[in-house]
Amino acid sequence: MKMKAKWASAPYIIWMILFTIIPLAMIVYFAFTGSDGSFTLENVKNAGVHIPTLANSIYLALISTVVCLVVAYPFAYYISRKSYSKQKMMVMLVMLPMWMNFLLRTHALSALIEDNGVINTILTSIGLEPLKMINTQGAVIFGMVYNFLPYMIMPLYSIMTKIDNRTIEAAADLGANTLQTHRSIIVPMSVPGIISGITMVFVPSVSTFVISGLLGGSENYLIGDIITAQMLGSAYNLHYGSATSLLLMIVVLVTMIIFNGLDSEDTEGMLA
Amino acid sequence: MKKSKLSGIYAALVLLFLYAPIIILIVFSFNSEKGYSWQGFSLKWYEELFSNELIIESFRNTLIVAFIASIFATVLGTLAALGVYSMKNKAAKGLIQNVTNLPLLNPEIVTGLSLMLLFAAMRFAGGWVTLIIAHITFCVPSVFLSILPKLRQLNKSLYEAAMDLGCSPAKAFQKVVIPEIMPGIITGFLMAFTYSIDDFVISYFTAGNLPTLPITIYSMVKKRVSPEINALSTLLFLAVFLVLLVTNVRAIRKEKELERKRKAVK
Repeated sequence: MKMKAKWASAPYIIWMILFTIIPLAMIVYFAFTGSDGSFTLENVKNAGVHIPTLANSIYLALISTVVCLVVAYPFAYYISRKSYSKQKMMVMLVMLPMWMNFLLRTHALSALIEDNGVINTILTSIGLEPLKMINTQGAVIFGMVYNFLPYMIMPLYSIMTKIDNRTIEAAADLGANTLQTHRSIIVPMSVPGIISGITMVFVPSVSTFVISGLLGGSENYLIGDIITAQMLGSAYNLHYGSATSLLLMIVVLVTMIIFNGLDSEDTEGMLA
Repeated sequence: MKKSKLSGIYAALVLLFLYAPIIILIVFSFNSEKGYSWQGFSLKWYEELFSNELIIESFRNTLIVAFIASIFATVLGTLAALGVYSMKNKAAKGLIQNVTNLPLLNPEIVTGLSLMLLFAAMRFAGGWVTLIIAHITFCVPSVFLSILPKLRQLNKSLYEAAMDLGCSPAKAFQKVVIPEIMPGIITGFLMAFTYSIDDFVISYFTAGNLPTLPITIYSMVKKRVSPEINALSTLLFLAVFLVLLVTNVRAIRKEKELERKRKAVK
């Protein structure tokens, strides 16, 4: 079995080279060539125009990530201290909306905050002024938090559930109050979960075009909208679009490096 | 006591936040008029949903793509896991695992547009083939990752014992290894299938003019006048709810029984 089975992974390796590695290289190739195939820096220079949009995307994604973390932390801790069957049930409740298509969830939000949506219908029926909610930055953040909150809850929960109750009791016995217990026991032990939660929320948020397209209107373009317009839409130019996506890839890569770097340091620190 | 009540309320609020939009969507899928003021009960949007040919066709396309892509991905991923498991070279193993992580870590938009560029460079028009290739690509890693741990848990002596008892290597593989990793293969297939059905972003870049359900939903939702979509959401939500309920209730019941037995033994 040993000798022959080794070659069983060959088709997979070939597939991944063809359809994962080469395509990524294509982005770089397209970004640095003109439509005649010659080398140029023109696209990359032009893509620089989109840096303010990129900055805005990073800004909104950061806010959403922080909100998700703040909301998810107590919630994940709460479930992690429940009995096994209750935990299972709560996890299922958190996962259930995730099984519904992302577009439908975003659509559900727009039904809520549209100009003639549920909230405004209620407000006007009780004699209040309707609020302007859709097509604002707030709507985009709301959309990101709503869609990606479970991505923060799940990794936090799965690491917190492994923390032994006796550790927490020991901290209390030694005189720590709740805040101190969290600060010196639970937060440090949850670091790997916090980090994967942050990456799992930040990366899809910073690269989204669906949430901004459906909830943000034309004034709240994110980098994803620009890339989509360049690849498929009104600003069609594959070379230019590739250069813009290089910008996005750099942001994602830097995020990964920062957080994965933190991760390995901290886990080592925890073991020592 | 007071504190635990507070955190219970907080947890309920978070769940309310997650569910309120969906519940509202479900309620208004039965509204007799467009818009979000209640005008009376009606099933008219469901009728319109089922007579909307584009939605029906997109749904059919989505199922066909998901089926083909997840079968391919399962075969490819199972072979890959078997191969990597029997590799001795640690560097090669590590490299394969890293490449496997790439599509999982990359933003979907990057995966989608990188494939689109590849197809463009090969002068391959978007359609069934490109869409299925793209779906296999993002499904394979999850199959691979769900089978590999099962192989690691495998008891090697069983395979040897089967051969000692007269099985040929192929027979021993079929009788011992396959049944042991079957749960992983099934999980992998189901994951691939659900990812494929659910995918919008990568399909958007690679499907050409072929409508899949998420792509059709996107174009309808973008126009913001689409009460049929509320009906569709309701149906999909109910389907998922039932599947999860059945599988989880069974799992929880089993667990509870085990707990009871454990206590009885004590």
